[in-house]
This record gives sequence, C-alpha cells and structure tokens, in this order.
Amino acid sequence: MLDASEGYTTADGRKIGGVVMEMKNITLRFGGVKAITDISFDIREGEIRAIIGPNGAGKSSMLNVMSGFYVPQEGEVWFRGKPRPQMKPYEVARQGIARTFQNIALFEGMSVLDNVMTGRLTHMRTGMFSQALWKGRAEAEETANREIAEKIIDFLEIQAIRKTPVARLPYGLKKRVELARALAAEPKLLLLDEPMAGMNVEEKEDMSRFILDVNDEFGTTIALIEHDMGVVMDLSDRVVVMDYGKKIGDGTPDEVRNNQEVIDAYLGVEHD
Amino acid sequence: MSDQFVFAMEVTLNGLMAGVLYALVALGFVLIYKASGIFNFAQGVMALFAAMTLVGIMNGQVPFAHLINATFGTDLHHFGWHLPALLAIALTVGVMVLLAWCVQRFVFRHLVGQEPIILFMATIGLAYFLEGVADLMWGSEIKTLDVCLFGETGCLPQGINETIDTVTYGWFGYGFFIDNLDITATIVAAILVIALIAFSQYTKQGRALRAVADDHQAALSVGISLNFIWVLVWSLAGFVALVAGIMWGAKSGVQFSLSLIALKALPVLMLGGFTSIPGAIVGGLIIGVGEKLFEFAIGAPFLGGATENWFAYVLALVFLVFRPQGLFGEKIIERV
Ligand SMILES: Nc1ncnc2c1ncn2[C@@H]1O[C@H](COP(=O)(O)OP(=O)(O)OP(=O)(O)O)[C@@H](O)[C@H]1O
Ligand SMILES: [Mg+2]
Repeated sequence: MLDASEGYTTADGRKIGGVVMEMKNITLRFGGVKAITDISFDIREGEIRAIIGPNGAGKSSMLNVMSGFYVPQEGEVWFRGKPRPQMKPYEVARQGIARTFQNIALFEGMSVLDNVMTGRLTHMRTGMFSQALWKGRAEAEETANREIAEKIIDFLEIQAIRKTPVARLPYGLKKRVELARALAAEPKLLLLDEPMAGMNVEEKEDMSRFILDVNDEFGTTIALIEHDMGVVMDLSDRVVVMDYGKKIGDGTPDEVRNNQEVIDAYLGVEHD
Repeated sequence: MSDQFVFAMEVTLNGLMAGVLYALVALGFVLIYKASGIFNFAQGVMALFAAMTLVGIMNGQVPFAHLINATFGTDLHHFGWHLPALLAIALTVGVMVLLAWCVQRFVFRHLVGQEPIILFMATIGLAYFLEGVADLMWGSEIKTLDVCLFGETGCLPQGINETIDTVTYGWFGYGFFIDNLDITATIVAAILVIALIAFSQYTKQGRALRAVADDHQAALSVGISLNFIWVLVWSLAGFVALVAGIMWGAKSGVQFSLSLIALKALPVLMLGGFTSIPGAIVGGLIIGVGEKLFEFAIGAPFLGGATENWFAYVLALVFLVFRPQGLFGEKIIERV
C-alpha cells in the first residue's frame, strides 16, 4: 500500500505529491454485465493520470464512479485520505471534483459565459434571500465570480465566443467550453472523459496544450480518459490500462507501452 | 367611430384581463414542466388549495375540524380570531412550500427517470388527492375572499373603474365597464412575472434553475441538487397558484369549480408552448381576447352564445395542426 505522504518526481522534473483519490477494489455491474471488475489505483496530487483501453473497457464507467454518477456494488473510493460515503453527484462536485462528459453535457440554451458561470455555483455563498436583502454583497460576489470566469475564458482562448449560445458552436469548441466550465469550479481534481474525441489534429494539439497548461499553472490534478495512445504517452505521468472491465496495466507510459498484456489487448481488439 | 367598434374595444380590454388569469395558471405549468418535464395536472387544484388555505387561515378556521370533531366528539370550528391578510398570505406561502416539499419527497423523488406519461398520471392522482385534502381541511362550502392588506384599507377593489368609465365616455360617448379587480390582477401578474424573470436571471438559485431546465447531467456535474431545485420550482408554482387563486377567488368566490380553470390553461399552453414563459403570457392573452371577441362577434349573435366554453379548445386545436410546438416553444425535430 502506498503511503499518502510519499511522492515522486517526474521525468520533466515536476514534483508529484501524496494520494488525492484512491479507488479500492471497485466492482460495478449493470445487471449481468460486469463493467468494472475489482480495480484499484490511485491518483496523486499534481499528476496527470490517464485511463486508457479499447471500446467498452469500462473507462467511462470508472470515471462515473469517481464522480458519483455510478455507485459501485463493491469497493471504496477514498478522497483526500478518507473513505467517501455514498454521495450524490452534486455532493461530489461540491467536494471539489469537476468533470466533463464523453458526449458533452453543456447548457445548450445558455451563452458560453453563462455556462462557465454555472461552474462557479459551488463557490457562490449568498442565497436568494440575502441576495434580495444585501444587494451590494451579492453584486460584489457576482463580480468576483465573473472575473474568475472571464480569466478562464481568456486562458482557453474562447473570448471571441463568450456571448454565443452554446448550441451554435461546432463540436471542438463545445469540448473546450465544457473544459472551461469544469475549470471555473477551481477543482482539486479534474476528470476528463475523452477531451479530444472527435477533434481534428490541430484541435487535439490545442487541447493537449491546454491540459498541460492547466496542470502546470494551476497545479490541478487531472485524470483523463483517452483513446489515442500517442496523445496519452505525451500527456500523462502514469497510465491505468483497462480491458473488459479489468485492469491489465498500471505505470508510467514507458512501462505500460512495453507491457505484453497491454500490447495484446490493443493489437487484439483495436477497433479504431 | 361606429358603436360596434367601440364595443369590440371594450370586449378586447376585458378579454385581455381575463387572459391574464389564464396566463397566470399556465405560468405555473411552464415552471414545473421546464425544470422537470412533468406536466402538472394539479396546477389548478393547487390554486384552489391555496385560496382555501388563505381563507381558512384568515378566518381562523380550525383545519380538519370535521375530522377532529368526528373522532374526538369535540365541537371545534373556529379559533376565534381573524388574522391580518399579510400574515395569512405569509403562512399560506409556508403551506405551499411544505406542500412542494411533500410532493417531491413522497411522490416524484420515487419516480425519477420514469416515462412522462407516468409522471403525468401521478399529477392526476395528486390533483384529486389534493382536492380531497382541501375539502377535508377547510370544508366544501363556497367561501368569499376579501383580502385587505392593512386592516380595513388596501383591500382588493371591486366593481367598475369610474375613471375609465368617465374617460371613455368623454371619448366615445360610451363608458367602458372595466372591473377594478381585473386591473389589479393585471398589475399583480405583471409584477409577479417581472420578479420571476429577475429571480431566474440574477440569483444563484435562478441560475441553477435554468441549468436544471437545460440539462440534468450537466447540472449535477456543477454541484446542483436536482431535488432542491424541484422543491424550489414546485414552491414557485405554488406561489403562482396562490396569486391566481386569490384573484379568481376574489372574483367568483372560492369554490371547487376553481380547479377547472386549470383546463383553460391547456389551450393556452398549446398556443404558447409548454416551455416558454412569454408563450404562456401571450397565449393566455390571445385566448382571453379570442374567446371574448368570438362570443361578441359570432357566438352571441349567431350561435346562441356560451361559445366561451369551447372556443379556446378549438382555437388551440387549429393551432396545434399548423404549429405543434406553439408560438414560442422549441422546435420539435424528429430524431432519426
Ligand atoms: N448506464 C449503463 N447501463 C448499462 N450498461 C452500461 C451503462 N454504462 C456502461 N455500460 C456498459 O458497461 C461497459 C463499459 O462501458 P463504458 O462506457 O464504461 O466503456 P468505455 O471504456 O468508456 O468505452 P468507450 O471507449 O466506447 O467510451 C459496456 O459494456 C457498456 O455497455
Ligand atoms: Mg467511454
């Protein structure tokens, strides 16, 4: 068992800290289908942790367990040194875990800025009655949150579309807005489900750069799911490999790349 | 100006004001439908329930008196006090919030993810249940509702508006009959709508509400409790129902036929779309004016009158054929 206090230094010299989240013997079933079978791994402070695997391996299911959208039949999720009691997704979000979705879940009827502002909801203190009574305080809070939202919009280079209704954006930009909304929560842990899926090469490069910058500048711990092996190898510090709901590899990109079981899984069931 | 035209103007004005009340009931529907996809058949009964509760509380009536007396052999009817209207309204709002919480906690929380038709059936059940509860709590006799905000003053005005009567007489040689109560209802409804819009645009809860109305998954992921928002939205709908209940109650007494106004909200929604607040308002006004004008121009002279009972539905039906999503509703695009 890993000691939460110990960390490591990456090849590029970044200091990785203690364990932020630990999945312990997670098993998840849908009726007869076993989406996840007895998987354990941890995510450390400041690292970029990838989960890879062929289609249907159970990656999204794992991310859904982490964010509270799915409740596993067996196993425990530890967050910041404590076992997490069963929580609703919104409670997990309020703990400082933000996420994006494989199929994009944005507020289509709202503008980009409004979408990003919803990411600030967990930080908004004033309720509706105090908002009515102490207008000044509410306005000050709104302004402060607005500034953070605008900063993130600048950071992700989407100023030009800040007032555009999300429904009108192309796919690649939607993915970026979704990332912006997640970042607006200033999460302790950021979960990204295939942030580059369906993008062209240029968009992928942009997204990779943003993910690295987020990790670098805000020190955000990131867990991401990705199909593209090349991208994963470039981005991540450590990789979990899943296949048919089982963990078949866990280590640095180099370790994983040379793991025979992983090679077989990818050669054997490579679909795309 | 011809007499007919002047009469038609008066009819139109009265229609607009009747439409305000239809719009108010429709608004309650839209709020709940947008946030949860539930078509709340009980909206009209909620207006009835709210109005009865308000009258009961104001008159110091003992709730469930009949039941208590039958069980314990007592003879309770009144507490012997009269509460000021403002306090009674505040208490009634509290009751409506409690009702919202109960509805969410005991019914819809257990039906999350069910088919819309099941949710709809549940609201039909709720409507009749609530009607029964209202009867049991406050009795079934017709009650008059006289709301005076400050003791003897600030009462809901009744009767013809003299100013309008005089002014229009000066203009047309014919004084319009416009009821003061209708004018008040229009003003109150306008304030209510502005307040609702301000709430949804500028408060944290309003933003969360819009988020839930847009996408449940995404709302959860930014830390919004769906349960909380649904209780909130049922509370808002309860509040809107109370306002509608007061206006209708003051106009025609608090009685069980009040719940039937919910049915008039149906054509309003077909016209305005189920998801649009402006739609509910414009729809309500169109129905209000439409049925009054039709009765005036065609119904009364040629069809023997009483066309107000069915005109709204026919209008909605015609509309449904040509624009199924309503005036402002989102376009329905078939998924293939
Ligand atoms: N809500 C659900 N209900 C039923 N089965 C599900 C559900 N979610 C996932 N599954 C099943 O669990 C298995 C793993 O699915 P999951 O989406 O986690 O895979 P994945 O690794 O993310 O695949 P992909 O690369 O295609 O996104 C699949 O067999 C899938 O059908
Ligand atoms: Mg997936």
